[in-house]
Amino acid sequence: MEGILEKAQKVAEAAEVFLLFAEETPVQFEANRLKHIQSKQSTSVALRIIKDGRLGYATATDVNDSQKLVDNAVETAKFGTRARFELPPTTPYPPVDTFDPEVEAFPVEKMAELGKELIALITGHTPEIICEAMVEKETIALRLINSRGGQAEYKKSVFGMGIVGNLVRGTDMLFVGEGQSSGHPLTDVGEIARVVLRQLDLAKNQASAPTRQLPAIFTPEGVVSALIPPLMAAFNGKTVLEGASPIGQRLGERFFDTKLSLTDDPTIAYRPHSRPCDDEGVPSQRTPLIEKGVVSSFLYDLQTAALAKTKSTGSASRGGGLPLPSPSTLVIEAGEVTFDDMVGDIKEGLVIEQLMGAEQGNILGGDFSGNVLLGYKVESGKIVGRVKDTMVSGNVYKLLKEISAIGSEAKWVGGVLNTPPIYCPRLSVASK
Amino acid sequence: MTDIGTVSRQLAEALQKQSADYIEARLEESQHSYITYRGRELESAGQSTAVGGNIRALSKGGWGFVSFNDLNDLPDRIERTVNQAKLVGREASKLAPIDTVVDTVANGKDVPLTIPLADKKKLLDEYNELIWRTPHLQTSVIAYGDSYKRTIFINSAGSYIEQPRTDITLRISAVAAGDGEVQQAGLSLGSRGDFGAITGLHQQVEETAKKAVELLSAPQAKGGEYTVVLDPVLAGVFVHEAFGHLSEADHIYENERLRQIMVLGKKFGGRELNIIDSAAVPDLRGSYKYDDEGVKATKTYLIKEGELVGRLHSRETAAKMNEPPTGNARAINYRFPPIVRMTNTYIEPVKGSFDDIIADIKEGVYAKNWFGGTTSMEMFTFSAGEAYMIRNGKLAETLRPVVLSGNVFTTLNNIDAIGGDLDMNQGGGCGKGGQYPLPVSNGSPHIRIRKCLVGGS
Repeated sequence: MEGILEKAQKVAEAAEVFLLFAEETPVQFEANRLKHIQSKQSTSVALRIIKDGRLGYATATDVNDSQKLVDNAVETAKFGTRARFELPPTTPYPPVDTFDPEVEAFPVEKMAELGKELIALITGHTPEIICEAMVEKETIALRLINSRGGQAEYKKSVFGMGIVGNLVRGTDMLFVGEGQSSGHPLTDVGEIARVVLRQLDLAKNQASAPTRQLPAIFTPEGVVSALIPPLMAAFNGKTVLEGASPIGQRLGERFFDTKLSLTDDPTIAYRPHSRPCDDEGVPSQRTPLIEKGVVSSFLYDLQTAALAKTKSTGSASRGGGLPLPSPSTLVIEAGEVTFDDMVGDIKEGLVIEQLMGAEQGNILGGDFSGNVLLGYKVESGKIVGRVKDTMVSGNVYKLLKEISAIGSEAKWVGGVLNTPPIYCPRLSVASK
Repeated sequence: MTDIGTVSRQLAEALQKQSADYIEARLEESQHSYITYRGRELESAGQSTAVGGNIRALSKGGWGFVSFNDLNDLPDRIERTVNQAKLVGREASKLAPIDTVVDTVANGKDVPLTIPLADKKKLLDEYNELIWRTPHLQTSVIAYGDSYKRTIFINSAGSYIEQPRTDITLRISAVAAGDGEVQQAGLSLGSRGDFGAITGLHQQVEETAKKAVELLSAPQAKGGEYTVVLDPVLAGVFVHEAFGHLSEADHIYENERLRQIMVLGKKFGGRELNIIDSAAVPDLRGSYKYDDEGVKATKTYLIKEGELVGRLHSRETAAKMNEPPTGNARAINYRFPPIVRMTNTYIEPVKGSFDDIIADIKEGVYAKNWFGGTTSMEMFTFSAGEAYMIRNGKLAETLRPVVLSGNVFTTLNNIDAIGGDLDMNQGGGCGKGGQYPLPVSNGSPHIRIRKCLVGGS
């Protein structure tokens, strides 16, 4: 790794080498049975250089072929974008717990047992259900060094468990499911099963929704499938810089309902995206995005921050390419109203657990429209059954300007977002 | 750099000695380059190289799979794979029999990696220039990528298949903003190695930018049921989402109730409806000679004259359903095992023009181009990139892009007109089981669907 940096420094003004080693072990169940055990080892090295003021970038899986890597980076630097930033020098990082050795040591046989137990709990309740489940562990080792002496190194562990059940009755198909992940081994299959069993109970009867505006409660999963994708595009410093974010000019303004607070926090321990520093070596920090309805910050990496004349928020992530601003662990602050009280407040409305296709519309503008894959009808304060063949549409910005209530029961969704349910006064509903 | 050819020969011998019911390996080397623009400026240009492989073993119906970048210690990796399979296996292994093949497939198309990065950039500069000539444009994204991959597949039956694959994609999206509103329009193209497929698009690029601006003043559709006409691009996405995924046998083969619903001969649509998936059509993004289990590509009718007549298989699903293998097991790269996937999926053309199809529609929606689509098998959604009202047989006002939704058991039956103008969309990428974006193509002529659910205000 030092060899690559040395070679690169000979041809460029600045250089940074990022090395990632990952070992992933998914244990998969199909049709209620153990089906597949995998183990995936991967290595990748990324070289970023600044040559004649321009960025060059190359990646490879073969750490030993350093000359090719340097040549590739140099070739792209001929056209690369102008680098506006300096790589960070040695910096102290906040202590963030990201690695539990118990994950690495967790035996595959025990992972298979957990999956079996989970499936048994679901099929014990509904024998006709067909489940696919996954128990997975991963350890990642990252190391970053740059030509200004900056360096970072840490290990991360992630353990995940998830299940999707499919219940077919006639030509009707019901999908239920739940997944969790953590930096520690997950062993409480009961917690995941309880969520799925509740979905099965609530979806037992079918109900129909009218085509008009209705109040709606987004469960934590519903918040993630409908409301989060547009917000993440809008809070990305790059979108803001381009003038394409609807909230780009609203910094410091109350743009959302005062009940809403949203924070990006990579320093929370043992989450899949926990980290002491970002993928450019900038220390992690807690960044409030919305504080009581006020737009308080956007997410930046080094280059975007320099262009926007601000500071990096330590939000650079690499998805195989150059670092880009992206959220880490998101937290929506819980409110005071219980889910049951929200339901009790509705004369006629919907509970939305999963929206299909919501991310396919005009995300930047905040519009979303999706088919209710899992959702329930509320009549006179009670959930009466599952709705189908129903589409809901709305605009995130209009919806979050006026919220009826934010729930008191927050929950991790997919390990990376902690949110309570959100209750909105009206949502456009179209149904057959 | 390690030569995967040499490694594969050593591996082939080692595989013969294994105690699993079946074992295979895939080795891969690839190169990839990309250029992206955001706004007026080039955002990133990069190149990558990768070498990796995997071993997959079947024992008593259970699978083990190991993937790696490091091509050393392969005997250990084989042993680990077999042990994993044995830990899983509790029943009989079933795989549809196939021919043992020894073949080296030639690369048919111009390899884009031989085109200098500077030439690729010049073309993209021209497109970006055109986008930015459009007034009221807020920003734009251009993403170009090309890849060349050489794969060697070997199995314990003695097959040795070497195949190259070249893939090119270009996505352009233009974003317009005004009065606190943001709207976007896009263009998505691809080819299986022909760089010419993404050159000379100047007029289309210019129209895309103008479209984004036009949408700012367009109204949103009123939600509800409409007679909807889909253009070939969106109808292609529709057939992929609405029916293609449900015909993938891995969803069905171990689900007794689904097998009963998806029984061959079941009627899904009218007599004019024919749906095909074929990797054997040459030079489309989903085309290949052999799939990732070494099975020869076929042309498979999924629906013929409105009836379910076939489905897409891996060797395992074919054997378990007593149907012939179709060569549809694909893996996005060496890090994943092959799973049942679509290739080039399309509705066969019938007759008639767009004008004929809309002539007797009093009030309807014409939906064109695509943002995306997804399915839960029974229900599906697909979103248009452009939409217009149809009034009294004529195209009327422009609408904001719409999301459409349907139910596979009713929507295919509601197709009441299929045009004669088949066109294939090469700009898509399909996601399943964490493997995204897999190169596929899909297409259709213009089609008309009665009572289609449209999301809106």
